[in-house]
Amino acid sequence: MSTSEYDSYRPPEPEGGRRKRRRGGRGGSGGPEGPGGRRGGRGGGWKNRGADGNREMPMVEDVEFTSYYGRPIVKAPPWGDEIGTYLFLGGLAGGSSLLGFGAQLTDRPGMRIASRMTAIAATGIGGAALVADLGRPERFLNMMRVVKVSSPMSLGTWILSGFGVGSGVTFAIELDRITGEKLLPLGPLRKVLHGMETPAAIESAFFATPLAAYTAVLLGATAVPTWNAAGRNGLPYVFVSSASMAAGGAAMALAPVAETGPARLLALAGTAGEAYAMSAMRKRMHPAEVDPMDDGEPGHKLHRAEKLLIAGAVGAAAVEVGARVFAKKLARGSGTTGASGVAGAVAEAVGSAGSVGVAKRSWKTRAVLRGLSVVSGAALAAASAYTRFGVLEAGIESTKDPRHVVEPQRARLEERRAAGITDDSITTGR
Amino acid sequence: MSTPTIDGGALADGHWHDSPHSRKGFFTDTSICIGCKACEVACKEWNNNPQDGTFELLGSSYDNTGSLGANTWRHVAFIEQDSERIEKARESGRKLVNLGMPTIRPRTDESSGAQPLDGALGAAAEGQTSAGLPTTPELGVDLLAPGALEPTDLSNVDTTPPDTADFRWLMSSDVCKHCTHAGCLDVCPTGALFRTEFDTVVVQNDVCNGCGTCVAGCPFGVIERRDDGTINTPTDRDDRKASDMDVPDAGTANKCTLCYDRLVEGQEPACAQTCPTQSIKFGDRSDMVDQAHDRVAELHAKGLTEARLYGANPNDGVGGTGSVFLLLDEPEVYGLPPDPRVATKDLPKMYANAGIAALGMVAAAGLAFLGSRRS
Repeated sequence: MSTSEYDSYRPPEPEGGRRKRRRGGRGGSGGPEGPGGRRGGRGGGWKNRGADGNREMPMVEDVEFTSYYGRPIVKAPPWGDEIGTYLFLGGLAGGSSLLGFGAQLTDRPGMRIASRMTAIAATGIGGAALVADLGRPERFLNMMRVVKVSSPMSLGTWILSGFGVGSGVTFAIELDRITGEKLLPLGPLRKVLHGMETPAAIESAFFATPLAAYTAVLLGATAVPTWNAAGRNGLPYVFVSSASMAAGGAAMALAPVAETGPARLLALAGTAGEAYAMSAMRKRMHPAEVDPMDDGEPGHKLHRAEKLLIAGAVGAAAVEVGARVFAKKLARGSGTTGASGVAGAVAEAVGSAGSVGVAKRSWKTRAVLRGLSVVSGAALAAASAYTRFGVLEAGIESTKDPRHVVEPQRARLEERRAAGITDDSITTGR
Repeated sequence: MSTPTIDGGALADGHWHDSPHSRKGFFTDTSICIGCKACEVACKEWNNNPQDGTFELLGSSYDNTGSLGANTWRHVAFIEQDSERIEKARESGRKLVNLGMPTIRPRTDESSGAQPLDGALGAAAEGQTSAGLPTTPELGVDLLAPGALEPTDLSNVDTTPPDTADFRWLMSSDVCKHCTHAGCLDVCPTGALFRTEFDTVVVQNDVCNGCGTCVAGCPFGVIERRDDGTINTPTDRDDRKASDMDVPDAGTANKCTLCYDRLVEGQEPACAQTCPTQSIKFGDRSDMVDQAHDRVAELHAKGLTEARLYGANPNDGVGGTGSVFLLLDEPEVYGLPPDPRVATKDLPKMYANAGIAALGMVAAAGLAFLGSRRS
């Protein structure tokens, strides 16, 4: 091909490695580049291969599609780690509120307190992260100007606000209880506040699952190829599963083993749901839309999520089996902690010092189960977080290379044409 | 222009149907674009848009602007192509015509433009295919043809620079499409984006809080949040802090307004007014579409089957665009998506799935508590 005599000094072309990108093969371009960085896309794509100095070589393109100098067609939204954090925390908050309500109904004080604290903390931090990610944070209240069904972001704002009200009230009640009904200067209003516990818990639980699910629609209703394809092919199922997993895991880590049976089952259901929904979703998406979920940093994150999910699921199942086998030992132990809630739970985690005298022979069993519960719960929550960050970043990555936009669109256009539908193309011959 | 159904993506429609104004739009005829970038300059000047980028050379022909963005509302693309690409473009364009798409508007003047086209296509259909068609058009003088403007008395002297026939330079001025079903408008949670009485889509920068949803919602990658840029004059540059202060509408979404401020005064947009070759035409959208249909037929009649329209079809994924383009190759060559689709079209299905998923989560939680009842 070349006529230059110096070309013989060039290193040989990597064999077979030009078309197929291996995991992490793109190195730095997968990292968290500046959100909305307009030039970010120039780093990725086919032009950058051969970065060892033989820049011109890839100019003979090896894939079918053409593009405008490999530049992005669709822009990534300026969403950074704050949004990833929120995706995780929103799910965590929603699931925790459900667990808290269930714990209230079934008299599990330790889990009730732990879940409600988790819910309000996640709501608060998540909401703050959302505001921080705005271009004009001082105008965050403008979100409340309209209620717009066509905007998942608008509906999500209202869902989060509705959820926050109920969560806030239940949190205030728990805080009041923990501080011995002394800290808050409520006076006669204390009765009113505590009377609102069930309505507030119901209200919060009502918004809980929409809070866990809407973020999938928020990502899906975009032109970002990976998100849009995921949203059309079952991302909501992945996200509610992930939320169940996170909330179950958090409760497992924070509440006594004897009380967290429902949390374990919910978490296990979540792991099964996520594993199934994720693989089903990937199968239905176009290969060019799935690629960003396999490559680079997002690929690593999703892969890590898978590992943690399996480990957490095994751990949770083991704790569940153990809790059922040693139910009597656990019941004896939990009697002493009871209403003292989180403090008791922490004490139990440290080594259940308070109940040593009560049951000398059972404390080891409980400590092992508790330790396993904490570890596997944390693994499940981390798996959920990695899933959210992985999906978020895979979408942002998918905007950087126009291949992810052009190939699926070409494919569906050709598919429609093959089916005889020729009147809905944006490009027309006449 | 559109019915207010969520399915059509027009839920956030402005309901200007009774307004005395008709829908305005651009027709950007890239076949007569000379790449002068006057539109880019006029746009920046009029809209007081900040400087973009780092003054680096992008290595993409004469294009050092890169793409549309928060600070660039007109962008001229430059594409250099060899004869192989030209032939491919001609072939793909011919296929488009041969698809037998229904004509979008009723044709009454069948005799004028369509007749020679049928001839050329007929020849192609009879098996002569690309070999039967000349690479440079024979019929009449065409500005696109290299050497077409040479004086005739030099016709026996080959003044054509070597390889020129095998080369073409595409230039195209891209702009916001002002879609019929606008993704950015649909997903805006604050109502900062709105549809004007001219059926264009405009951001209210005093309302926008920079959430960035519209950026992801645009299938063309037009709208962007203004996170950088400067419009400092040389005298300001000594003051280091000035660069942080004087960017207008920082942190909010920005895009072409189709010069809304000029339209309300009865003026035409700055880019259209400044365009020296009338490659950028402005007017009632229906007129623009008619002109586009006529122009593509005219080019086809000259054998230039690579000509095609982009955005003139009301049945496409965005319901047709307010800015119609005449392109000379596949849209992705210009950095345009080949089959854009407003994402909110999928919303009903996605909401339904999210609802089922949410109910499933409630059921899972309920079963989890039932499954671990304590005796």
